[in-house]
Amino acid sequence: MSLSDIAKAMKAIKFGLLSPEDIRKMSVVNIITADTYDEDGVPIEAGLMDRRLGTIEPGQKCQTCGNRVGQCPGHFGHIEMARPVIHPGFAKTVYLMLRATCWNCGKLLLAKEEYEKYTLMMERYKRRWPQLRFKLADRITKKANKTSECPYCGQEQYKIKFEKPTTYYEEHKEGNVKLAANEIRSRLERLTDQDAALMGLDPLLARPEWMVLTVLPVPPSAARPSITLESGVRSEDDLTHKLVDIIRINERLKENIDAGAPQLIIEDLWELLQYHITTYFDNETSGIPPARHRSGRPLRTIAQRLKGKEGRFRSNLSGKRVDFSARTVISPDPIISINEVGIPFDIAKLLTIPERINKYNLEQMKILIQNGPDDHPGANYIIRPDGRRIDLRFPKDRKTIADSVEVGYEVERHLKNGDVVLFNRQPSLHRMSIMAHRVRVLPYKTFRLNLCVCPPYNADFDGDEMNLHVPQSEEARAEALVLMLVQEQILSPRYGGPIMGGIQDYISGGYMLTRKETQVTREEASQLLTSSGFDGDLPEPAITEPEELWTGKQLASLFFPKDFNYTLKSNICLKCPTCKKEECEHDAYVVIKNGQLISGVIDKKAIGAGQPESILHRLIKDYGTDMGRFYIDKAFKLFLSFIDTRGLTIGLDDEELPQQAKDKVSVVVGEAEDKTAKLISIYNQGLLERLPGRTLEETLETKIMQELEEAREKAGEIAGSNLKDGNTALLMARTGARGSLMNLAHMVACVGQQSVRGERVIRGYQGRTLPHFKQGDLGARAHGFVYSSYKDKLNPIEFFFHAMGGREGLVDTAVRTSQSGYMQRRLINALQDVRVEYDGTVRGTDGSILQFKYGDDGVDPAKSDHGKAVNIDKIIERVISAGGK
Amino acid sequence: MAEENEKDTLAGKATAKAAKAKKSSPKKGYARKATKAEAHAEAPAKASKAKPKKAKAEGLKATPIETRAAYLKKLLVNYKGMLPDNLLTQLEAKLSGATMEEAQVKKIVDETYKAYTKALIEPGEAAGTVAAQSVGEPGTQMTLRTFHYAGVRELNVTLGLPRLIEIVDARRIPSTPTMTVFLDDDHKGSLEKAKEVVTRIERIAVENVAKSIEYDMVNASFIVEVDEEIAQDKQLDAEFIAKSIVKLKIGKVEIEGNGIIITPEVTAQDKIKRLRERILTLRLKGIKSIKRVLIQKENEEYILHTDGSNLSEVLKIKGIDPNRVYTNNVSEIAEVLGIEAARAAIIKEAFQVLDQQGLDVDMRHVILIADLMTSTGRIRQIGRHGVSGEKSSVLARAAFEVTVKHLLDAAAHGEEDALEGVTENVIVGQPIPLGTGIVELFMRFSNQKEAE
Repeated sequence: MSLSDIAKAMKAIKFGLLSPEDIRKMSVVNIITADTYDEDGVPIEAGLMDRRLGTIEPGQKCQTCGNRVGQCPGHFGHIEMARPVIHPGFAKTVYLMLRATCWNCGKLLLAKEEYEKYTLMMERYKRRWPQLRFKLADRITKKANKTSECPYCGQEQYKIKFEKPTTYYEEHKEGNVKLAANEIRSRLERLTDQDAALMGLDPLLARPEWMVLTVLPVPPSAARPSITLESGVRSEDDLTHKLVDIIRINERLKENIDAGAPQLIIEDLWELLQYHITTYFDNETSGIPPARHRSGRPLRTIAQRLKGKEGRFRSNLSGKRVDFSARTVISPDPIISINEVGIPFDIAKLLTIPERINKYNLEQMKILIQNGPDDHPGANYIIRPDGRRIDLRFPKDRKTIADSVEVGYEVERHLKNGDVVLFNRQPSLHRMSIMAHRVRVLPYKTFRLNLCVCPPYNADFDGDEMNLHVPQSEEARAEALVLMLVQEQILSPRYGGPIMGGIQDYISGGYMLTRKETQVTREEASQLLTSSGFDGDLPEPAITEPEELWTGKQLASLFFPKDFNYTLKSNICLKCPTCKKEECEHDAYVVIKNGQLISGVIDKKAIGAGQPESILHRLIKDYGTDMGRFYIDKAFKLFLSFIDTRGLTIGLDDEELPQQAKDKVSVVVGEAEDKTAKLISIYNQGLLERLPGRTLEETLETKIMQELEEAREKAGEIAGSNLKDGNTALLMARTGARGSLMNLAHMVACVGQQSVRGERVIRGYQGRTLPHFKQGDLGARAHGFVYSSYKDKLNPIEFFFHAMGGREGLVDTAVRTSQSGYMQRRLINALQDVRVEYDGTVRGTDGSILQFKYGDDGVDPAKSDHGKAVNIDKIIERVISAGGK
Repeated sequence: MAEENEKDTLAGKATAKAAKAKKSSPKKGYARKATKAEAHAEAPAKASKAKPKKAKAEGLKATPIETRAAYLKKLLVNYKGMLPDNLLTQLEAKLSGATMEEAQVKKIVDETYKAYTKALIEPGEAAGTVAAQSVGEPGTQMTLRTFHYAGVRELNVTLGLPRLIEIVDARRIPSTPTMTVFLDDDHKGSLEKAKEVVTRIERIAVENVAKSIEYDMVNASFIVEVDEEIAQDKQLDAEFIAKSIVKLKIGKVEIEGNGIIITPEVTAQDKIKRLRERILTLRLKGIKSIKRVLIQKENEEYILHTDGSNLSEVLKIKGIDPNRVYTNNVSEIAEVLGIEAARAAIIKEAFQVLDQQGLDVDMRHVILIADLMTSTGRIRQIGRHGVSGEKSSVLARAAFEVTVKHLLDAAAHGEEDALEGVTENVIVGQPIPLGTGIVELFMRFSNQKEAE
């Protein structure tokens, strides 16, 4: 479908009530039999599955419209109610109207002047603040309720009592009198259109008396299909069950009335009918027991069908199932471009793209048709200009078919390399959760994606699955390519920086390649550059004697544009009080001059994902997204190739501390224990000074926690400074590739305090956490301080406390995801209609202005430079350097 | 504007009130009290801004373009209104001191303008959705727990996801209301003076100064024993306390040394229990709902942090600096200072939560959400009882929450859904009016064929 096909656009939807006449007019059959099929399985005439209600079995023609299953829309029937029944959804509205009108003459209980005043007001509201008119209507209704004597006929007004869900009483002096539905209906009939309008109704579309049902529409059978089980037993839909109940009682009521049965019996049946109607509309109405299935399961009636996450609205109308989609497990592929997605042959053969045959592609299409549905570059269907589809699965001789196609035919061909598809991972939390990729058809059964697009999708490969959609129209493909292609999404609108970039080994590799000592031979350099797709010449070697050697920095520089200038403090920077800049002994000061990496190492700050001001960010801002894609595709591959040649592993050796360092750690930890003990004894002597606003116990807790935290930190520092120089775990933590110094300290030195709810562990037995301790023991060990490191082993008690902390973490994540998910749903729902208009203002759907200029300066955060509209320094730098030439 | 805000937050030193006042400064119609604050806070900024402007005018009149600075100023005047003010000031600051040729200066300004126009948002952009996603997505990475407030260890303040939800919910009272009270010039210098102010603010009830309260069954009377030390510290004495208790009108009140004997008129057991509560919670001094006040020294001045918030009352207290008082209770700000101030507070609070969690979110997203919440003149919740519930579209409301009620009401009211929003059009299967869907011009293919 293309835009030109949308000839008929829906402009508005009007809501209203069906009048009894409407219901009868649209009905095709008056249903009087409370049954569905007879013994032979034939629908009973005037029963709930009457053939006139539409076809549900394939092959049958509809008795009303003559269409077959797909075409017949289904037709409504109706049930004539023996006595009127209140529509439970409008019970409250009916109550408000009864209260506000005279029982005798049916007028709105407002004195003439007031009535006129409100009529004028309503007119004005309707024109100027249509949304507010309902609030005014509420006010009018309330006001009218206060009148105790009708200003028109002078009758005294009785108080009306409403008992949920559908009972009304009139409070007379002699006692409460129940109002029957027919009485209510006749009172509502007396209301004038004008009065109804004042009470917020639209009398043309919703007369008040229509809220009391005299006719009930019966939905077409297609809306409540019966299921035939394998055993041949028919199972009816919940709605059908409910309708059976309604008809049965209705008929009984009718018979009893006709037979002149006693009032009591009639009233009982009437009430029962009311109950069935109520549960038919909403089976979760408060105040009455829900109607149940024989098995005890509550029935799913109309309201339940619409409501909630699995209801019609959220599940079928706001979100729709689609064709041309696929889902499978994902796995990494560092070779393909970030713009690409690897698609298994099996999937490529099932997903198709309609391609119209023209004189340029005719021959190609013929080949595809001959290949058919089973060989890869093939086709599954041909669509002739008259709309007929030819299925290519069955004909044996596809050659003749291929020869018969002409220009103007359409071929549904397999997905092939270069096609545009949308790729998505749930939860789709931001727009980078659905991006356009180019197809790369590959063997095996998984979707393949470049590792650098993992951050925006938040994907890993522990079994994650992702979805793929194939746009079918040229418009859709064009939009996907221009707006949604991965490279166009590198810069996140959240903060105006790159959200994609290097992770883990990319960072380690970048660091290992660019650190000072890295030198490679001609052979190695050639190998590395070839594998990363570099097609230029090798630069002059940095060292010529005794053999030609290139520095890693030289290689890394090859992918920068020749006029690229850049400085940055890298992740390994220790943040010395005075920065020595280029002279930094850690090589943490990155300088790129004219496309040459002069000093500094490339690590997380330079190429990491989600790092504003990184090399990647600057390249994209200054040279465009093509450059960004080029850099990720090529240079990043160099880092990986390099780490491939050198290798990077961690093992138990990396968690080994020299004995003397271990001693230091135990001293530090021991000191902390002593200090804690001292604090406790001070507290026991009652000498502890209370912190303002805290109890003594809280003060002690805070102080102990401070002490222990300090100890863990110290232990961590000792660990950090005593690990061997070539420690790879340390390398990864320093460069930001993976893990932190704290993780490392946990492994080698001391795990530290375990916390539950932000406090030391306190729960357990009376006055103690475990029976191993004395009651009232406040010491570190008794409240979850883990002295050991992971490598040393945790003793059973420590392990237990550690598990407590760990469990809390898990619970926390679970709770957080649901909470933040709901918050996001609300945010999206509230803000989704807000857009920037042609005049630059930001407005909601109703045209109300929220901002005169978006964000007060009109700058799109996605196009901003980390939030700044323009990076003036960069421009100055560029202009000056250009002027120097 | 957004930049300014960011700087404030980053610097962290900008005082709360000052930041708030600045944030709302571009909008007119600022509430009276806030205007004062604004003037105060912006005074130095304006002064520095105003000077070059004057110089500009003089420079133009007095001498022909000779100096580079004058040239720059003339250049920038042309861009007034075309470039945002903060860019103009930045350009001026960065270029006036630099030594370069006029052509280069012009080039830089031109390039800046070019870059600015390139960075502008495009019509049709789904600014709302992007904002919602940008604020919502990092929610998954936030902590659930409440942490200590940076600086004031003793005060627990809700932070992270719960606080963000609270802001978006527009709750009338936050779970941990707190105020930051700055003192005026006379009081901010010394701890003694600060303490004086504290006694005026901090709510002191009988329970805070009573050592014990007992019910004497024999005489059917309460005996409240006043803790001399604390009472003195809070500048109270038994007599004052007794007088306050008299106002409760429960019965006879006598003083006996440190004790206050209250003989109530009622004697029923359950009523006595309730009376005891009433006596204990009787406010003697200070402001209602301010439970605790802590004094903090920041930047050479004493600042009060409170547990509990009551903006309107605190503003009346002598010794405070009314221009810099701040509370984290947004609806209170709306009540006392007006909706513009509340908008600024929402922005400040929400941004602070995100920033404090180390989440990088552009200011503009937060601003948009705050604008949506306050655009009607009162604070609306994001959700069913606010923005989403007040949408004009029936289908959009039904698709969000409380589906059935909205449909029934729509039927009774005879409402019409004009299908202008996103959800409605998704429901009926039409293109949505955002982004490329905003375009309402179509090419007629039949005409094209005819032309051929």
